[in-house]
Order: sequence, then C-alpha cells, then structure tokens
Amino acid sequence: MIKRDVIGKSALALAIAAASIVAACGGGQGARPPTTAQQQGGAATPSVGARSVEASALAPGNVEVLLCDGKTKISVASGTPGTAIAGQLMAEWMRKNPSSNWEAEERERHTLQPAADNSGLIGLIDGHTYGKITAQDVALWKTETERVATAGSAVFHDADQLGSTVGVSCDMCHPHAANTHPETYPKFQAQLGRVALLRDMINWCIEHPVRGKALASDDPRMRAMEAYILAQRKGRTLEYGKH
Amino acid sequence: MDRPKKTPEAIIGVKSIETKHMEERAALHRGLVNLDRRSFLKVSAAAFGAVAGAGIVSPHSFQPVSVAHAQPAKGKVQQFRFAYISDSHLYERSLNDRFVNALMRAVDDVNSMDPQPDFVLYGGDLAQLGGAKELETGAQVLRNLKAPIKMMVGEHDWFLDMGEKWRELFGAPTYSFDHKGAHCVVLNSIIEADFWTARKMTPEQRMLTVAGLDNGVQSRFTVGAEQRKWLENDLKGKPSTTPIIVFSHSPLYKLFRDWNFWTDDADEVQAILKRFDNVVVFHGHTHQMLTNRIGNIHFHGMLSTAWPWPYAPQGLPELTVQMGRPDPFAPSDGCGDGSALVHPDGLADKIYNLWNRNPVTVSRTYTATRGAKDKPAKPRLESY
Repeated sequence: MIKRDVIGKSALALAIAAASIVAACGGGQGARPPTTAQQQGGAATPSVGARSVEASALAPGNVEVLLCDGKTKISVASGTPGTAIAGQLMAEWMRKNPSSNWEAEERERHTLQPAADNSGLIGLIDGHTYGKITAQDVALWKTETERVATAGSAVFHDADQLGSTVGVSCDMCHPHAANTHPETYPKFQAQLGRVALLRDMINWCIEHPVRGKALASDDPRMRAMEAYILAQRKGRTLEYGKH
Repeated sequence: MDRPKKTPEAIIGVKSIETKHMEERAALHRGLVNLDRRSFLKVSAAAFGAVAGAGIVSPHSFQPVSVAHAQPAKGKVQQFRFAYISDSHLYERSLNDRFVNALMRAVDDVNSMDPQPDFVLYGGDLAQLGGAKELETGAQVLRNLKAPIKMMVGEHDWFLDMGEKWRELFGAPTYSFDHKGAHCVVLNSIIEADFWTARKMTPEQRMLTVAGLDNGVQSRFTVGAEQRKWLENDLKGKPSTTPIIVFSHSPLYKLFRDWNFWTDDADEVQAILKRFDNVVVFHGHTHQMLTNRIGNIHFHGMLSTAWPWPYAPQGLPELTVQMGRPDPFAPSDGCGDGSALVHPDGLADKIYNLWNRNPVTVSRTYTATRGAKDKPAKPRLESY
C-alpha cells in the first residue's frame, strides 16, 4: 500500500481486504504512510492474540506471554483472565510505541479540512471495478485520503521531518497552510524565471527559509505535503497562473 | 586588467547622509511650488513620514512643519514618541542566526532614530521556545539599545518554565507607569488554562504545543481574573480624561480564535477601559499591520522581526488596511519594527517600518474618524 504509482485492481482489492480485516478486528489506527526516509518499522498495531511461551526465570506461578509482534512480552500470574492479559499486553505495546496513535493526535493538533463526502454514491453500481458501492467503500476512500493529508500535516509542522537545519517548519509562516495558494499552480513564478508547480515552491521553501535539502518529487513527504496543502484549500476555485 | 570603477554608492548601495539631505531638500522645494499652507503641511508631513519611519531622521532633516504651526492642542499629554520591536522568536544563535540578526537590525533602526524615542516597547515573543539561552541571547542584543526598554511577555517566552527565566531577566510581566501625562499599562495577556497536566506533557511538549500557532490542543489566551482585578485597582481613581495606553501581546479583542489572534476575556478587559475617553492598545503576536477600533479603544498591531503571519481568513477589522503581500523571495519582507507618536489627546500615529517597503503611517485621525480621513494607501497586492 506504499507505492501507489499504479493502483491495479489487485492492489485495490488488497487494500479493501486489509481494511475489512481492520474493521473486523474492531477498527484501529492504520499504518502511517511513510513520510520519513526511514521506514516506520512495524507501525501497524498488532492484534492482541497472544500465545504463552515456556518461561525460564519466572516468579513461581507466573507465565510469560508474548504478543503476536514476537517482541512484546509480559509476565502474569497463572490464572489471570485473558482480557486482563490482553489489556496489559496492549498497554505494554503502546508504551513502546508512543506514536502509534499518531493520526488521531495529529488530527487533534491541526485541523484538517475533511475529504469530500461520497455517501451519495452508496448503493450505486459502478459497472467496472466494483459491484455495488458500499458504505465501507466510501469510508475507506475518506479514511485513506485523509490519512495521507494528515501525514502531510505532520511533516508540514515538524522541522525535523522537513530536514531543517535552523529549526524552521512550514507552519511558522503558513498556519493551517494559509497563504500557500496551491490552486494557483502551475504559474510563472517571476522570481524563479520559470513556470513552477506547487512542489517547486515547497522545495524552494525547504531550501531557503527552512534550510534543508530539496525533496524528490516522489518523496513520500512531498506527496503527503501536497495532499495536505491541497486539502486545506478545499472549496477554492482552481485558477492556475493566478498571481 | 582594470575593471570600471564603481562609485561608493553602487558598491554599498546606500547614500551618504549629505546626499540624502540634499535629495530631501530638493524634493521639499519642488513640492513647495504654488502650494497653499494646507498642502504644504501635507508635503512636509509626508516627507517626514518617509524618513522618520525609516528611522533615518537626522537633526538637519526637513521635519514636520505642522508641529510648529499646530495650535497648542488641548489635552493631557506632552507629545512623545516611543519605538517598538516585537516578536523576534529567537533560537540560540548556534542553531539559527537569522532571527538574531533580524533583532539586531531592529536595534540598529531604533538606535539611529534622531531624536531618540522616549522608550522602546518590546512586544513579546523574544524567544521561540522559551529557552534560557534564547532569552539570554535576546536580552544581550536588547542591551545595545540606547533608549530605555519596557519589556512585555509573549507565549513563546512563557510556557517552558511558566515565565521563570523571563521574570528573572526582566522582572514582573504586569506593570504600569506614567509617561508625560499618559498612563501606560503592560499586561500579560497570554495566560492559558491548563491543557498539559491531563495529557501528562513535559514542559518541552507544553511549549511546543503553544508555539504552534495553529495547534488546536492549546487553550485560548486570557488576561485572567487576577490581572483584571489588578488593572481595575491600577486605574482606580484616575479621571476618565486620563489618556490610557495599554500594551498586550495578543490583540485585546476577538479576531480569529484558531490562531489565538484573540483574547478570551477581551470583553471584560474592554469593560474596565470603557470609562476612559481615549485608550490606545498596542499588541504583538499578529506579525502584521492591523488596525481596529472598538468604542473608545483604538488598537494597533506591531510588526515582527522574524516573519509575517498571513491575515486571518475571517474576522479582519474593517479599519485594517493590509500591508502588501510579502514576497517570500525577499528576505525579511513583511517584517520590521516601528514607532508611535502619542499626541496630546492620548491618541497615536502608528508607524510601521516595513523593512523592504515604504513605511506606512496609520494616523490618529484615521481611527478617530473611523476611516473617513487619512486612510493609508491600499497595497498594490493584497493577500487572498
């Protein structure tokens, strides 16, 4: 679900299957779209299905329980109810993965314009890829789209993720992405002497006020920031070339 | 090979004092041809505004003749000028020298004012993340000012250690003083309700949260019951004719909540100030030219030395004439410092000394007439 240059039918089907599983497990945070050079290794919340293992040095009467990530381990008294064990295991996992709830936290910090509501399409038959468009489809589109924009918001507000050498992030001049005007690109950027796309201006800002290194056009951070900036100008008329 | 010789002007890009003097003189004389007295005052005031705002008034400049002609105005204040510097957002110099250099530029601007201002008001947000070294760096730069300084606190100075270092360096954040007949009050308007304890935030996390203008986790700014009580006491017994000047970091009115261009108990503070004939509030935080008037209270924003903020998407006061759209390619465009000339009636001409632009004066007659007179020129490019 990471490289999306070509979204084939199989990838899409996979995405839907994955979402169904998440839904079946009672929802939960999806993986953060990778926005830094390093992968967010193992960011997906593991399910709580635990298996006990043979213990070597345990308090008498205790058993050691391993989470399905193969790493998170706790020791509980034998006879502890399963729900309590599951709760403790999850708490331990959350402690070791403090940013696992990154999406809700980022949404709380920085308001995001919601993606378009497609609920009017529920029940319609598209005739090609889908059978009937379901409520779950519509929810998936919105969640995934907003997730990419939210990842962009996280980069936009974080000097470290931007690679700033001077502690400057985009929001310091553009709160809520104000004054970014993505709807006016491409346009002839007089100061550059050529036609610029939004990403050219993002890179200009990264290189100058932010004093970092320009991002490749397909850098996940760039893609996410474009998503965020465009999201924040929802409802504006496209007017490419406007100064 | 000899290169063609350049004039000193071309090399350093500035004109000598003599050249400037002669140019001003010539411009004034050109303007004087066939002018009646009224227009003459306009010309001279314009000439004055242009140089005064740029902070380059020399004793030999052609200063406003209007002062000489003016009737000894009724009022309580002996006319005076103060300068302001605001919102420098300093990191330690080793991390980011750009903001430190900008503050030094502002200090140079103010130091070159002639005559010197009576005092310099620092409008808050000296530091970016409230660090002791950030505040100390700022204090060190501000020590170079020739005129006495009055400090005001901003949220970026406060929420790491809840103002401990700031108070150690600069004293109490809430105080008042009388100056040439005006009563001046400095408030701490950035008090926020506790959002951090329940979230188990570290001081650093708390500071970072407040430092994000668009961070919705933080609370709204307030002056708070304690300070409002203090303000009532401070103003007690003062006749309503006393000109009152209030300095606050956030605007003491409700402009745009999401960015804390807002003081949550602004209505209560305004109620305390209501009984006075003329009140002028100067505030920082908004990093832009901003003008408002609510009843007897006239509000003026201050420029930042670090970066300009966009205009809020809603709530912009009718009286505000926007500054020109800053050009991101021109470093420090939209930034600057400035001054205010306080008149005998207690109202003030507010001068925005934009570093890359012509200075703009928002005159007291503009707010006094609710925009009917002396409207500042609209910028060619407004924000959208």
